[in-house]
Amino acid sequence: MTAAATLDEVCVVACAEAWRGDGEILASPIGVVPTVAARLAKATFEPDLVLTDGEAYIVANPLPVGRPPEHKVIEGWLPYRTVFDVLWAGRRHVMMGATQIDQYGNQNIACIGDWERPKAQLLGMRGAPGNTVNHPTSYWVPNHSRRAFVERVDVVSGVGYRRAAETGESATRYHDIRLVVTNKAVLDFDTPDHSMRVRSLHPGVTVDEVSEATGFPLVVPEDLAETRAPSDEELRLVRDVLDPSGLRTSEVK
Amino acid sequence: MADKRTTEDEVVAELADGMTVGIGGWGSRRKPMSLVRAILRSDVKDLTIVSYGGPDVGLLCAAGRVRKVIYGFVSLDSIPLEPHFRAARQSGAVDAMELDEGMFQWGLYAAALRLPFLPTRAGIGSDVMRINPELATVTSPYDGEELVAVPALSLDVALVHMNRADAGGNGQFLGPDPYFDDLFCMAARRRFLSCERLVPTDDLLKEGPVQSLRINRMMTDGVVEAPHGAHFTSCDPDYERDEDFQRLYATAAGDPEAWATFERTYLQLPSEAEYQAAVRAS
Repeated sequence: MTAAATLDEVCVVACAEAWRGDGEILASPIGVVPTVAARLAKATFEPDLVLTDGEAYIVANPLPVGRPPEHKVIEGWLPYRTVFDVLWAGRRHVMMGATQIDQYGNQNIACIGDWERPKAQLLGMRGAPGNTVNHPTSYWVPNHSRRAFVERVDVVSGVGYRRAAETGESATRYHDIRLVVTNKAVLDFDTPDHSMRVRSLHPGVTVDEVSEATGFPLVVPEDLAETRAPSDEELRLVRDVLDPSGLRTSEVK
Repeated sequence: MADKRTTEDEVVAELADGMTVGIGGWGSRRKPMSLVRAILRSDVKDLTIVSYGGPDVGLLCAAGRVRKVIYGFVSLDSIPLEPHFRAARQSGAVDAMELDEGMFQWGLYAAALRLPFLPTRAGIGSDVMRINPELATVTSPYDGEELVAVPALSLDVALVHMNRADAGGNGQFLGPDPYFDDLFCMAARRRFLSCERLVPTDDLLKEGPVQSLRINRMMTDGVVEAPHGAHFTSCDPDYERDEDFQRLYATAAGDPEAWATFERTYLQLPSEAEYQAAVRAS
């Protein structure tokens, strides 16, 4: 009998679902939970996904996070500059973090405060501007709170729906923000004006809890589903193969 | 074939205050750190640093040598945020040009090809356009699409570190990723390459396949043999990142006294050889 899924495992499966149906494209997960998730998707329902070892190799077999693999089946070479080629060619779906995200999916990973003289310098823009206007993007926010889900992001790194629409066709042409997965819920932008919507709640989480932790109004459908539970086979893969050291637990707040 | 062998200090003697210096590698990976340390031993200042930033940016900021940083990110990889760079940004000590990291590549490539700009969608709609008011867009003459015109990031000097090189300045990477070092060299007026080991030209292909000869001598003006020159960043496959040392570096950043000790122990030394000896003794 498999032990019941913990929250971090529910999150892994919810993140994995972001890549369902993507086929033969590069899945680029940022962070532990998204990495385990992308590898899980490839090992189960999305076998054609292309994954790297986090460095320059495309690897065919499922690798564990946080420890050296026994064997890497290297099927290709993808140094950083080739990643940009793939990215601009659109054959990629990234799952990034978001220090801040707003109602229309604008994301900030650059800094907190005024960019000219930030209160807290963070990573910088990284690839967020290019990612969001070139191919599908999803987000993983391990601590669903009003600090992260804000009315207005301090800096727009990743372009959201409203900003893209205001900018014009070059921004909207390949723009596709898919899912926002948090420790409480799965959210999307499947609404007439692309404002954020609750898609499913993780087991035991209420709508009020999610709304309370969000700094803007969320669209809440009437027939709100529960985030699907991991299957026994998914739990086995996560626990025994993809994350045997349990690194995922430290990322989920 | 000209003999381009030189030393870190001779390379830095070619730098002048106010220059724009491109530094190869990526984050905390294969950085020409012995050349960066040589800058710290000199009195060169007011530099504009162009980098896929790591501790190169952090060290130069901490030493007050930087007027402006041009970057897409600055990170120590295993430690996501670069503490010295953060401090410099938060205190307003440095100016910044922050780009999408793909735009950054395009800027180097434009400079390499002697073009004023290269077009891309990356950046459109984001605050990259707001925080860099000098960035302009162009309209495609073919279909009217509006694209970002990434300006050439032309460099006075490029500094890169390779695994192997010959005395003529042909450079070879042996790890899995060439990063953008060839573009840094091509974007610069003066180009300097350090390497783990100098080998005779005829031995280069004994070290790795022909595809690993990413830098050719048309792209370099000087070559420095610098064993462990990328320390404490990684130099795959010669050595991994020195994570303990990087942690020491990052932790010391938070405490003026600890930083003063770090500087005294590792940076305020008369030569690269003494740095390497101090690291071995630690």
